Amino acid sequence: MAVALIPLAYLAVRTAEAGGDRIAAELWTERVGLLALRSLGLAGVVTAACVLLGVGTAFLVTRTDLPGRRLFALLAALPLAVPTYIAAFAWVSTVPRLEGFWPAALVLTLCSYPYVLLPVAAALRGADPAQEEVSRSLGRSGWQTFTAVTLRQIRPATAAGALLVALYVLSDFGAVSILRTDTFTRAIFVAFDLGFDRTGALVLSSVLVALTVLLLAGETATRRRGARYARLGGTRRPVSRTPLGPARWPAAVALVGVAALALGVPAVSLGRRLAAGVSRPGALPEVLSAAGNSLTVSLAGAALTMLLALPLGLLAARAPGPLTTVLDRLAYLAHALPGVVIGLSLIFFGINVAYPLYQTRWLLALAYATLFLPLAVGAVAGAAAQSPSGLEEVARSLGRGPWTVLRTVTLPLILPGIGAGAALVFLTGMKELPATLLLRPTGTDTLATELWTSTAVGAYAAAAPYAALLVIISALPTWLLVARSGLLDKEDRS
Amino acid sequence: MSEVVLSGVVKRYGRVSALAGVHLSVPSGQLTAVLGPSGCGKTTLLRCLAGFERLDAGEIRIDGTRVAGGGRHLPAHRRRIAVVPQEGALFPHLSVADNVGYGLDRAARRTDRVEEVLTLVGLAGYGDRMPHQLSGGQQQRVAVARALAPRPSVVLLDEPFSALDAGLRVGLRHDVREALRADGATGVLVTHDQGEALSVADQVVVLRDGRVIQAGAPTTIYREPADAWVAGFVGDAVLLPAVVEHGSARTALGVLPVAGTVPDGAVTVLVRPEQVRFSPAPNAVTATVLRHDFHGHDALVGLRLADGTRITARILDGDAAVAIGGEVTVHVDGPARALPVDATTGRPAAAPAPLAA
Repeated sequence: MAVALIPLAYLAVRTAEAGGDRIAAELWTERVGLLALRSLGLAGVVTAACVLLGVGTAFLVTRTDLPGRRLFALLAALPLAVPTYIAAFAWVSTVPRLEGFWPAALVLTLCSYPYVLLPVAAALRGADPAQEEVSRSLGRSGWQTFTAVTLRQIRPATAAGALLVALYVLSDFGAVSILRTDTFTRAIFVAFDLGFDRTGALVLSSVLVALTVLLLAGETATRRRGARYARLGGTRRPVSRTPLGPARWPAAVALVGVAALALGVPAVSLGRRLAAGVSRPGALPEVLSAAGNSLTVSLAGAALTMLLALPLGLLAARAPGPLTTVLDRLAYLAHALPGVVIGLSLIFFGINVAYPLYQTRWLLALAYATLFLPLAVGAVAGAAAQSPSGLEEVARSLGRGPWTVLRTVTLPLILPGIGAGAALVFLTGMKELPATLLLRPTGTDTLATELWTSTAVGAYAAAAPYAALLVIISALPTWLLVARSGLLDKEDRS
Repeated sequence: MSEVVLSGVVKRYGRVSALAGVHLSVPSGQLTAVLGPSGCGKTTLLRCLAGFERLDAGEIRIDGTRVAGGGRHLPAHRRRIAVVPQEGALFPHLSVADNVGYGLDRAARRTDRVEEVLTLVGLAGYGDRMPHQLSGGQQQRVAVARALAPRPSVVLLDEPFSALDAGLRVGLRHDVREALRADGATGVLVTHDQGEALSVADQVVVLRDGRVIQAGAPTTIYREPADAWVAGFVGDAVLLPAVVEHGSARTALGVLPVAGTVPDGAVTVLVRPEQVRFSPAPNAVTATVLRHDFHGHDALVGLRLADGTRITARILDGDAAVAIGGEVTVHVDGPARALPVDATTGRPAAAPAPLAA
């Protein structure tokens, strides 16, 4: 758990060192106010757009007779594999001089709406159709039932997805930088990287953390009011589908349009520049070495994260209590911290506390663990539900000791969930940019950092091979995750 | 094959006593049913026996060896007590054979013990199936076989048939009893279904509010219930106020012989509905038919006696002409059973009473 606390401790220590006057001088400026407004505005606009797009798409692919639903489900989830900075780069290289707030909002929406789509689609598939049938039988129309029953059933999933999107936008660095939108993350990075102004970077980080805490607190408060919706006993039939009638073709065209913007633009843009990028002298060895670096640091990060997440996840699932809740929230907070802040704090940690780790891949792996631990803990805790404690009790009653039970019953049952968690951490690690930029050992370049360096100097052709390879490698774990969510399953009985 | 003895077992959850001093003896090689309404503590009792919960007081001995109580808590995996949970809880990642062989050591797994217990539960040749390929009843059979395989001291069955269809339930519980008998296993069956307890168990233990109210053979529990509550819980009961004089009870149904020796005075007597017969006998009384519930194999007829007392009669001949509102004559076949009266309220005692021997 200490992993999650390093960044917070760092911020507290350094901000205290800076002294009150200095902080006030940095804090109460027009620029900070503008940054805060722009960051929050961007988060608000993108979250709202993602909820609309995500819930709508989820409904179309799970609850209607839309032609080609499974293909559309896959297409709608695939933007997960496209890091925001690649999407931004693709747009910039296609539409010259594209920059500012609204383009950034567009790119971020297209990249992050799967974060709403996936949980909502799962909830829509899992919801009990009997409740909707009861509502219809009590005289409510289809639309009234949708708003009064269905939307409420999926509210927790929608809120969780929206929170992820909001946190993601607040901490996004790549897209806003490429599209030249000044938000906190960009200002922090610029202050640190160009000006070596650590105090300025720190104060800005603290404000960003405060915004994040505010967001988390808001989510917790609404969750308490919304409570949880338990399903009461009984076996469940698969959901019924609404026939769309003639509306199915416009709906399909709309989904094709979204997919074209979210996937088509990057694909075309990368494809066009790929030939030029690959034929550049010496390109191939450089790309391969960067790919190797990306793979090794992401794998190391995923392994370290899962190792830390396993006991935490099992504890959270088996022994719910105040302690586990606090641990869970702390981990969430660390996750919500932008990669820039995590990067800065781990540099400090490396220099002052664990010098042997500084400038090694292990520090980078540790940063990934800090950033992505909650994703992994969530996956493990969810998977632990696959192995109910009743099974373990039976195993013990048959004369098997605790370790044997863990090895022969618990682990085999939660392994698929652990695999999904590892895939998610690996995927996010591959895409991670700011912490990687700050923490990579000198001379070690990953796909993400090479791409970043090339786009920064406008060498779009040189950047294309890195971007293409990154997207292709990321697509694999994405596909695994989507397949596991059940979205691609054949019709379950009808 | 082991005898299990519980003495003064107490288990509290916060301020609620789930078990408030349970004394119980489970004879070796027999099937004991623990019967009680939901919330009576029967599942807690089972979890204490299995070793999943620690006792707050009292002790549990198996064949004279203390396994729980007095500062000792033998962990579940050392007790040799196998459980069959409500939903079977088969390991979903293991085949039927691997499920059944789970509790066996490596040497025993190579013998034909797995096939032997699968045969006992009527699933010979199913070893290669996976749990999800089995029906609910078959899953329960595998769960029983899995519990029997390592020849545990005791097999605990936690309402193992409650999730099944009524028809399937009857067949399965008799097969399971036969399997336990054939293997010589000591069994404890927890259930809230009195029919199940009476029909399969060698001994029935009635539990209420965390205490044992009565323990005995099924026939004893049914015919000689300790109090009015047990009488009503294990079957349909007609309870009548009565005055006993010289071994006969004066009731609204006439003067009835009373079983056993009962001192003279006011009591409540128990008559089972199947004792109430429609026939013009010398001591018959007249009753008005209020309702007629047809059950196929028999029928329950609600009657009102001349003084307004309502009683129930069970008749085997469902076609018998009983018109609602019509009059019939009834008499009681066999002796009535006097139940103790609570001295303070004058009502039938609901508190623990001396066992009717």
